[in-house]
Amino acid sequence: MKENARLKKIATQIRIDIVTMLASAGSGHPAGSLGIADILTTLYFMLLHHNPKQPNWPGRDRFLLSAGHLCPALYATLAEAGYFPKKQITTLRSLGSTLQGHSHRGSPRGVEIDAGSLGQGLSVACGMALAAKLNKQKHKIVCLTSDGEHDEGQTWEAVMFAAKYKLDNLIEFVDRNCIQIDGSTEKIMPLEPFEKKYLAFGWSVEKINGNDIMQIIKAYKKALNNKGKPTVIIAKTTPGKGISFMEGDCQWHGKAPTTEEAEKAIRELKLLK
Amino acid sequence: MSLKSTRQGFGDAITKLGQINKDVVVVSANLASSLKITDFAKLYPDRFFECGVAENNMMGLSAGLALEGKIPFACSFASFSPYLNWAVIRQSVCLPKANVKIASSHAGLATGADGATHQALEDLALMQVLPNMTVVVPADYDQAYEATLQAAKMNGPVYLRLTRSDTKQISNYNPGVAPGQITNKFQINKCQILKEGKDLTLISCGPIIFEAIKAIEIASKGSDPMLRKISIELINCHTLKPLDKETIIKSVKKTGRCLTVEDHQVFGGLGAHIAILLSQNFPVPMRIMGVKNQFGQSAKKEAELYKKFGLDSVAILKSIREIIKK
Repeated sequence: MKENARLKKIATQIRIDIVTMLASAGSGHPAGSLGIADILTTLYFMLLHHNPKQPNWPGRDRFLLSAGHLCPALYATLAEAGYFPKKQITTLRSLGSTLQGHSHRGSPRGVEIDAGSLGQGLSVACGMALAAKLNKQKHKIVCLTSDGEHDEGQTWEAVMFAAKYKLDNLIEFVDRNCIQIDGSTEKIMPLEPFEKKYLAFGWSVEKINGNDIMQIIKAYKKALNNKGKPTVIIAKTTPGKGISFMEGDCQWHGKAPTTEEAEKAIRELKLLK
Repeated sequence: MSLKSTRQGFGDAITKLGQINKDVVVVSANLASSLKITDFAKLYPDRFFECGVAENNMMGLSAGLALEGKIPFACSFASFSPYLNWAVIRQSVCLPKANVKIASSHAGLATGADGATHQALEDLALMQVLPNMTVVVPADYDQAYEATLQAAKMNGPVYLRLTRSDTKQISNYNPGVAPGQITNKFQINKCQILKEGKDLTLISCGPIIFEAIKAIEIASKGSDPMLRKISIELINCHTLKPLDKETIIKSVKKTGRCLTVEDHQVFGGLGAHIAILLSQNFPVPMRIMGVKNQFGQSAKKEAELYKKFGLDSVAILKSIREIIKK
């Protein structure tokens, strides 16, 4: 439980940084970024093997953010972990900043892929998983996709491929927040029965509350021991998690908070610390 | 003289690469036999990945392999890759400069009987517009073989445009030197001057260059006295990007005229790229021969299509006559 409290505290700080950076950028995607903060925190501060001082260490676990619009969460997490100085976070989306509106490999250090156009990350993850197997390397490939990007055919091409090649070194998190830019996923393009689809495609499936750190840890550890199949962890998250006036409201998918809204949000978050 | 295709040259080079470079891997989208990569698949099954008719995934997966130090060759037809997976090439390959080699066959009208859906006439436009991409169009079997080996040694994305049918060998065309002796070696990024001349620079790429060679032969030996005295410089511009600006500008400075011939849309192809170069550096009267804003169609022989679309040696001679009056 001590570990849980430590990680919760970090997740709250990451949420504060997400709100700060989006308010200073004036545009971006708060709801999803806040929703995945617990997953990223648990990965980077407990589960992943990585070294912020050696971002290209060949033995690191690869974390691929396929849903590039959620990069504020990744940037905030990398800054918190020490990949780059935190004072840079307010340069998000500014001319010349390493923190581009959607993320690029190596910018900042620690980002593995270019993402923004949805549906590509899981394919790239499959390539990295194959390479690791060819090289007899033990690291894992962890890819976070959004539920909305399952509208893309390419995601399912990769799902089939990963099962065919038994990529058990691949762990996918789906941010199942049930919203996408134009509304609810089940209205725009229904994904249910989501779990059954993955099972039918030959994957191991874990279904968790993606805002519950203990559940994230448990599912990930189970995936680590999975043999012969890739694992998907369908993580139900609350969009805008942690901020009362954003939680569950799809209008915050792609709208940055104003300075006043950000101040209000940060006051709420600080109460959690 | 044996006839062989550029795709065969590619496939044979891939088999060779399998033996000499352990990092080379091949990714196929269900066209292994067409791309002549089945020997590699049999000899090196651990380095051959079949992803089915899924060109987007093929490209993303190639990017992932490349980012981890492998040298993937992603193989399909040009009308599927880069057509279907262009956004993947842009984001997952070109943006991070992933070391992916894209090998695409059945380009151009030369695809013949398969018809318009399969005759890729826009692939060069799609590829040369992308930052970080190298674009290579081998003219014959030997060049395709050599281009494949060289592409594997380069670091960064390369597009190899390949063709379906068997063709002659450029190395057999060497005016003024002994047959079979290559005057200048194939090297990606460098144009080949196949024949020197002083009145007109004729630039082509890919197997359609044999129509240009035929036109030059007819001109020099034919009955038309005006054509007989024209001295034509023939350049094989097999690398469209980066363009060998120096060789091209030097040539047109000498000849004062430029004619380009390609099996591709006029928009965005070889001629268009050269026109951008010359208009800003050394403007000369120019003609661009290619497919003019239309789709292809089926024919049993590519010669019928080159005639129908105004790209055969007869049409080239007509353009030579027109431009020489300028």
